[in-house]
Amino acid sequence: MTPLLQVKGIEKRYGARVGCTDVNFDLYPGEVMGIVGESGSGKSTLLNCMAGHLEPDAGQVIFDTRVDGPVDTVTMSEPERRMLSRTDWAFVHQHARDGLRMSVSAGGNIGERLMAVGDRHYGDIRDKAVDWLGRVEIDASRVDDRPSAFSGGMQQRLQIARNLVTGPRLVFMDEPTGGLDVSVQARLLDLLRGLVREMGLSAIIVTHDLAVVRLLADRLMVMKSGHVVEAGLTDQVLDDPQHAYTQLLVSSVLQV
Amino acid sequence: MSEYNFAYLDEQTKRMIRRAILKGLAVPGYQVPFASREMPMPYGWGTGGVQVSAATLTPDDTFKVIDQGADDTTNAVSIRKFFENTAGVATTEETEKATVIQTRHRIPEAKLREDQIIVYQVPIPEPLRFLEPRETETRKMHSLEEYGLMHVKLYEDISQHGAISTAYAYPVKVSGRYVMDPSPIPKFDNPKLEMDAIQLFGAGREQRIYAVPPHTKVVSLDFEDYPFEATKADHPCDLCGAEDSYLDEVIMDDAGNRMFVCSDTDYCRSRREAGHVGRLAEENAA
Repeated sequence: MTPLLQVKGIEKRYGARVGCTDVNFDLYPGEVMGIVGESGSGKSTLLNCMAGHLEPDAGQVIFDTRVDGPVDTVTMSEPERRMLSRTDWAFVHQHARDGLRMSVSAGGNIGERLMAVGDRHYGDIRDKAVDWLGRVEIDASRVDDRPSAFSGGMQQRLQIARNLVTGPRLVFMDEPTGGLDVSVQARLLDLLRGLVREMGLSAIIVTHDLAVVRLLADRLMVMKSGHVVEAGLTDQVLDDPQHAYTQLLVSSVLQV
Repeated sequence: MSEYNFAYLDEQTKRMIRRAILKGLAVPGYQVPFASREMPMPYGWGTGGVQVSAATLTPDDTFKVIDQGADDTTNAVSIRKFFENTAGVATTEETEKATVIQTRHRIPEAKLREDQIIVYQVPIPEPLRFLEPRETETRKMHSLEEYGLMHVKLYEDISQHGAISTAYAYPVKVSGRYVMDPSPIPKFDNPKLEMDAIQLFGAGREQRIYAVPPHTKVVSLDFEDYPFEATKADHPCDLCGAEDSYLDEVIMDDAGNRMFVCSDTDYCRSRREAGHVGRLAEENAA
């Protein structure tokens, strides 16, 4: 089977400082990869390099496109990459405000990606928007409300709906549950897990919350100071951590 | 008159503006940056249009200025006087006789000819501005032809008002490529953007010039199930009885009386001279 995404030797430096370096992994269709690590360990830099928001200094990000097969997205032309990022890719920001248009209604937010790929039938767009609001457990009567009238959890769910409406195959998530209270987190995780399984999505989730990766991720990478220090199956890494930093991370989780 | 260079601007500036105009004509709908000069009038009074007119005028031209259809409002009168003083060109109020027409927010009702140039005053040339405030991003969207966002605006219109409520500055796609703000003309005028005359757009404060060459395809954006409609007040003109012209509503008193008159004063006058009579014309004459 061809991997959906192959990351080869990605490196990003900020001047003399290392953002992330020498990252290699393959992601297969339907697989969810978690990336954990402390603040400043290079998780978000790596995610942004893969999603095309940052240009890596070295390495390749090879994506298995629908038409042309595996293509290096770092060297592909910008229009192609932007097209990819609004069709086959999705990016869920930590703060919903970064990923939503706050002055546009919920329906318009969901419809934007559809219109960006050429949908020009108002009725169809609206039906899809209402359908997706239902899927992320937002009442259909809120379709014309602006995101600013939504709670934090609803905004995050709206952002997910807006991203998944075009049926992407790969979702990048940057701390999707950050800043939400625990009960809302639990609902969101439940929802995400359902959607990922149902749509057969591949996902890369950056987080520092080990509970999130335990629930969602099949595989796990642990990063420290820009390096991947440990990688493997999620349960294996969390139950039997080998690297000193991973051991510290696992033992730091607060027990209730 | 002799103290000014012809049409106020110096020759180098006019040359620079003409280059921008030519580039604009070569790439229809593309916003060409230009080094806008300070003009002896405030921003918002048509400094862009005036510069384009100044670069376009020749001593043989006949000049007409319209402000929201009218020839006799402050903006139109002052710009007309400005060019009478600085260029000494002939001026007219008749659309037929003009060779260069500077306009604010209207296209004349009379069909324009190939030997005419119409210059629009544009306040904000960027159609995506209120959706995407970053200029770097809107430029990228234009260059990559990413115009989905424009439809988000129309979607919002329909979801809030049940119809596309954008009534002026209605976005158009020019020659199948660039999405363009046709300046704040009513959408009634949008179908006229496919015309025989050269159309030039000048935005002085924003320092942009763009153009639509004659016979260029100009399509108003819409949805399949909510097609574009060129709307006007459903009424004939009360002075000349015209059914096909764009109307202004005039409140007559505080008892709810109102009249509708052609916004194009020259069109209305020429129809009345030709003997057409509207509902309130007799009273007015008396």
